[in-house]
Amino acid sequence: MRSYFDKQLSTLNLELVKMGALCEEAISSAAKCLKDGDKTLIEKIKGTERLIDEKEREIESLSMKLLLHQQPVAGDLRMISAALRMISDMERIGDQAADIAEILKFVGPHSSGAAEHITDMADETKKMVTESVDSFVRRDLDMTRKVMKRDDAVDGLFLKVKEELTKAICGNPEEGEIYLDILMIAKYFERIGDHAVNIAEWVEYSITDTHVKA
Amino acid sequence: MSGIMETKGLRLWYSSNEALKNVNMEIPKNQITALIGPSGCGKSTFLKTLNRMNDLTEGCKIEGKVTLEGEDIYGDMDVNLLRKRVGMVFQKPNPFPMSIYDNIAYGPRIHGVHSKVALDEIVERSLRQAAIWDECKDRLKKSALSMSGGQQQRLCIARALAVEPDVLLMDEPTSALDPISTSKIEELVLDLKEKYTIIIVTHNMQQALRIADKTAFFLLGEVIEFDDTEKMFSTPSDKRTEDYITGRFG
Repeated sequence: MRSYFDKQLSTLNLELVKMGALCEEAISSAAKCLKDGDKTLIEKIKGTERLIDEKEREIESLSMKLLLHQQPVAGDLRMISAALRMISDMERIGDQAADIAEILKFVGPHSSGAAEHITDMADETKKMVTESVDSFVRRDLDMTRKVMKRDDAVDGLFLKVKEELTKAICGNPEEGEIYLDILMIAKYFERIGDHAVNIAEWVEYSITDTHVKA
Repeated sequence: MSGIMETKGLRLWYSSNEALKNVNMEIPKNQITALIGPSGCGKSTFLKTLNRMNDLTEGCKIEGKVTLEGEDIYGDMDVNLLRKRVGMVFQKPNPFPMSIYDNIAYGPRIHGVHSKVALDEIVERSLRQAAIWDECKDRLKKSALSMSGGQQQRLCIARALAVEPDVLLMDEPTSALDPISTSKIEELVLDLKEKYTIIIVTHNMQQALRIADKTAFFLLGEVIEFDDTEKMFSTPSDKRTEDYITGRFG
């Protein structure tokens, strides 16, 4: 029974994992560029963002095909509709990485305390994206809920970055513009964390049929 | 919402084979109830017990209670009157080999209506209710067998409606029809629920989703789940229901 349908669903899972991996790559490159000042990464991030957009369209069309051909119900229907929502959040993550790249054009390598915290934010959000997509593929509700909790750490780090930068601006007002740029970068990472939480919420919906907005 | 028909502890055997095992259901009035389940699960058998179509089946034994508006249909109720109140439409259209007019007038005549004016009125009303009047009003004297399959099925529905039943039982009424005739019957069924209670056996899940208010899932003679259709197809409570409707078995 339904072996063809199951194969298509596995393809959908695989494509989502690939899209998640592209998001992780964009996040890593953005963090590395801030730390090392390697400007070649800026173009790389933009390329990755374009690949993410392409992947979004691919998964969208695969999902529409599944809806049309298989007329799924119950858990299958929720899984495909969740996939459609997850890819919009992943696409936004790609956009935000590109926004960070745009700012990095004007910011040199940075090694303050704030930059350390931003690197930690990048690591956290990367894990959140990986785990939210993995929890979808594995139908693992515990993992999903852990992702949602991780966002508190990201928010905590953002507050620390803000404190550091406020001090830095007071001590060195001439560099204020740069510090504000760095604050923007931190804010984008904080937003990436929120999108990862959204993804986790859609995973929870696909498993339980309840969509709780945190 | 009140139940027009109800079964309590309904069990049915064909010789030693137990085809229905303790079925308890309350069929809501003026709603469409769909019965789904794999072949041989007992859904058609259940449908037939609702107007005693199993009575003449050899080796058939029934236990439990089936009521129509509180009255036990296996008690003192006259079978002909029961079938006037609970009509049936079958999978394959089965018009009588007579004119369209006589097909419709057949039931009312048996129940004592003989005046031409009254019969004319019943024929027109029934054909209109079955959404087929415009297609056949100029050929009422023609043989019903000259109609297309879809038209014949709507004629059979009109024939069932002619005696003004309370409940209409339908056993896969569209499985022998093309998509256009199918959608006509589905629209018709949705219109009919204002006046009648409809119980429909279907193998087409999308059809159950499109038209039924309630859905019952039968498996091996048992009702596994009976709930609002939308709930059944979005978040079934039983794993077996989910496995069946998503095509994992059946």
